[in-house]
Amino acid sequence: MPHKLWHAYVVLPQEDHVGESKLDLLQGTLDVMVLQTLHTLGSLHGYGIARRIEQVSGDEVLLNQGTIYASLVRLQQRGWISAEWGTSDNNRKAKYYAITREGRKQLAKDAAYWQRLAKVMGRVLAMPAEGEL
Amino acid sequence: MSVLREAVNRVRSFFHKPERDAEMEAELRSHLELAIAENMQQGMSAEEARRRALVRFGGVEQAKELHREKRGLPWLDVLMQDLKFTFRTLRRDRGFAAIAILILGLGIGANVAVFSVVNTVLLRPLPFKEPQQLVRILSKKSEGGESSKTYSTDATKEFQERTRTLQAVSGYFAFSSSDNVKLIGEGQPLPLTGLLVMGNFFQTLGVEPALGRLFTPAESQKNAGQVTLLSNAFWKRRFHGDRSIVGRAINFDGMPYTVVGVLPETFDFGSVFSPGAKVDAYMPAVMENMEEWGNTLALIGRLRPGVTRVQAQTEADLIFPQLPSDLKHPQWKADYTAQVIGLKDYVSGKLRRSLIVLWCAVGMILLIVCVNLSNLLLARAATRNKEFALRSALGAGRMRLVRQLLTESLVLSAAGAVLGLGTAFAVTGWLAHQGSIALPLLSSVRVDATALAWTVAIALVTAVLFGLTPGLKIAHWELVEALKDSGHGASEGRGHERMRSVLVISEVALACVLVVGAGLLLRSFLRVLDVDLGFQPSRSAAIQVDYNDKGDNALRTAIWRNVIERVQAIPGVEAAGISDNLPMSRNRSWVVWAKGRTYSKGQLQDTFVYIVSPGYLRAMGMRLVEGRDIAWEDGPKSQKVVLINETVARRLWPGEDPVGKTANASGTEALVIGVVADVRETNAEEGAGWQMYLPASQFGPDGAELVVRTKLPPEELASSVMTTLRQINPGQPAVEFRTIQQLVDHATSPRKFFVVLVSIFAGLGLLLAALGIYGVISYSVTQKTQEIGIRMALGATQGRVQRDVLAKTLRMAVVGTTVGIVASVGVSRLIATLLFGTQPTDVVTFAAMVVALGAVAFVAGYVPARRASRIEPSIALRSS
Repeated sequence: MPHKLWHAYVVLPQEDHVGESKLDLLQGTLDVMVLQTLHTLGSLHGYGIARRIEQVSGDEVLLNQGTIYASLVRLQQRGWISAEWGTSDNNRKAKYYAITREGRKQLAKDAAYWQRLAKVMGRVLAMPAEGEL
Repeated sequence: MSVLREAVNRVRSFFHKPERDAEMEAELRSHLELAIAENMQQGMSAEEARRRALVRFGGVEQAKELHREKRGLPWLDVLMQDLKFTFRTLRRDRGFAAIAILILGLGIGANVAVFSVVNTVLLRPLPFKEPQQLVRILSKKSEGGESSKTYSTDATKEFQERTRTLQAVSGYFAFSSSDNVKLIGEGQPLPLTGLLVMGNFFQTLGVEPALGRLFTPAESQKNAGQVTLLSNAFWKRRFHGDRSIVGRAINFDGMPYTVVGVLPETFDFGSVFSPGAKVDAYMPAVMENMEEWGNTLALIGRLRPGVTRVQAQTEADLIFPQLPSDLKHPQWKADYTAQVIGLKDYVSGKLRRSLIVLWCAVGMILLIVCVNLSNLLLARAATRNKEFALRSALGAGRMRLVRQLLTESLVLSAAGAVLGLGTAFAVTGWLAHQGSIALPLLSSVRVDATALAWTVAIALVTAVLFGLTPGLKIAHWELVEALKDSGHGASEGRGHERMRSVLVISEVALACVLVVGAGLLLRSFLRVLDVDLGFQPSRSAAIQVDYNDKGDNALRTAIWRNVIERVQAIPGVEAAGISDNLPMSRNRSWVVWAKGRTYSKGQLQDTFVYIVSPGYLRAMGMRLVEGRDIAWEDGPKSQKVVLINETVARRLWPGEDPVGKTANASGTEALVIGVVADVRETNAEEGAGWQMYLPASQFGPDGAELVVRTKLPPEELASSVMTTLRQINPGQPAVEFRTIQQLVDHATSPRKFFVVLVSIFAGLGLLLAALGIYGVISYSVTQKTQEIGIRMALGATQGRVQRDVLAKTLRMAVVGTTVGIVASVGVSRLIATLLFGTQPTDVVTFAAMVVALGAVAFVAGYVPARRASRIEPSIALRSS
């Protein structure tokens, strides 16, 4: 399923002055982040995934950790990740997620798409103002 | 793939809500525990760790909702909630729900029933193979009876050879009467109706036998063995569905006929070719034997693939004028014409307009039902303002409220549709068994899949229509306004009331149109009943007499005379006589002209011929205008005589006295002995054609119908007449004793069918309009209780209050009726062709409609007006 640019999930700056406030996450982007996290780290519980995303993004994204569960259940119902109850390091019961083969394929597609979008956006935003040419 | 899997999983999650919720709760709990533990590791206090964890987590309830939304079917969840709420509301408001469902059930039921009839007669193709290829071929002549619409065997054979546009030409013998065959077995001979069909008749229609086989070409040859095909109904009735009947011989009129097959249940000859008639057995027509019978075959054909009906018509126009009538008598000019019409058009063409009118009428009923329910719902919405205000204040969006209202109307209309379907099933089931209504295809009327789809469609449209008005109100609804409007003791907002008045007025106008339409059709029907038929159908009845005269005129005269004299001796019998044909049933035509004159083409007309005994005129209640009746003295050897009707007298001997003149009746010279008043021979609505009456002692009749005129109700004589006939001829089969009134009723039954239905709809429309008026007035009286109380406290009399309320009612009725009259004038013009002896602008009908609506409006307004005048000021003021 090739992506088209017009139905992009876009990460929008919440306010005008980027950098001061956190990035507001939309659902689609969170899905990719979850897939990528599971791809690199292997099996992980919901809290772990949320913490990892926060850390990697340098605390720049605004993530209500609770919203990650909607993303997880959807990815699971699509068959891109699998889930299993297990025990954490400090002996607590938690549900562990792992990426499936189909999930990896989807991730590859999504990653390519996001990189393309990021490149295009970078070029458009770097467009010199009229007269500067 | 992942999309499909997600859909399956969503459905699964929807049905496993409790388990999924429990798992989700557990997961969220473990999340918080993990977070708290990590925070505490970083040195926070237990309380701070918990607080921070919850902050990072965000809204727990929102997270849960989001989770449910993503995994399940959120729209279905909302729908279930709406449905649950709807059922609760409707249970609380049982009276309203019952009335609404009843009204809807009637409206939808009437619509589905009428649609089923329309679908069967107009829309559904005929139950034959490739029915669009089938055509009916009949003469372009409009006057004359069946004889003028049929063709001779020689003409048929030649047309079969010469046609290039038709792949098959077939036909049936058009002059079979009912109960024309005796099935002889154990006990009394059983009368049944047999029909001669051309050998390829069923193959042409594409009918496959349910059992056995169809006729083979050899079986239509001269001297072939006698074979028969049985109709499914007769096979079940008489032989109890015995499959071994195929191959067995049964006795028809003393001769063995081998049953070669049984036709399928779906094939009903009568319903397609001769509404109201039933055929029990089919025999192959042997063309060689029929060569000298004249025009006896009614023709059908099947177009070659790719050939249009117009091409076939062009060809027929070329071939038919050249066709011979009888190859052995080339001097007999045939002068054939043919119109090729689609079989479907032939069957239902005449009914198209009536059925469309019926369909529109029933559509109007549905519209009135919608308006009525809108009104009821509006009144309810007004009283539910507080509820909506509360739900809105609690965060329900406007769309959600509208959706709730639409769900309510959908639930109501679904319940109405179920009730309506039940009604429609009952009505169509009843209709399918009304053999006395001469409508084609009526026996196959049923609620089928198309009708079910139609039900769903109209239920949906209805729900949206009547749910929309209150829904729109909500969409434009201001919370503050609502709170103000529903304030203590205040009257309903003005806009609200105006809308309800407009609805009632349109309802009254629609009812007007229905009442006028029904009135015009009813008056036409009464006119038809009033027509001078030329005979007196009341208190006379007919029965088919079985006899064997061996083709001898003298013997036949003796048998007939004996029968008539014995029957006349039965107490209560006033007169008795025999004719081979009766008016408004089977007919045939010959030609008659004045001896010695020559006529140009078109001056002579096919003449209905009745071969009768003395006394037949008196038994039928016909009037002899001048001259004398046929007498027993007009024997086989004496001077040939003829009676003519007024039309023939006027056309053949204009300005002269025809009595004593010599006429030529299809080649035989006969003395005109009398003139008889015109008889409506085809139906009550068409004028009389040319008619003549010949004595059975001198001409060969085609069967014998004994007509008895009685002093008693005819039914009481049935058994004594049958006993007498059995005494004379033990082989007399138990045929039906039919009143002449039945013949007339059968001919007028289609009109009666439409009149009764449209009248029922008009009545329903009036009732609904009355309900609408009552609802609005009654509601406004309730709303204004306090106002009325104040006025009465200030000195208004009871009469004054009552008059005010009534005036308001009548104002609405007057506006509605005025609009209705204007609309009716337009509509009545559209149904002008369906009227008989009635002008579309018939003043009596319009006046009656105004009176009826006025009376209904008065009653509907009077009840609440009376209640208003009984308001006790002190109580009214205190209670609010």
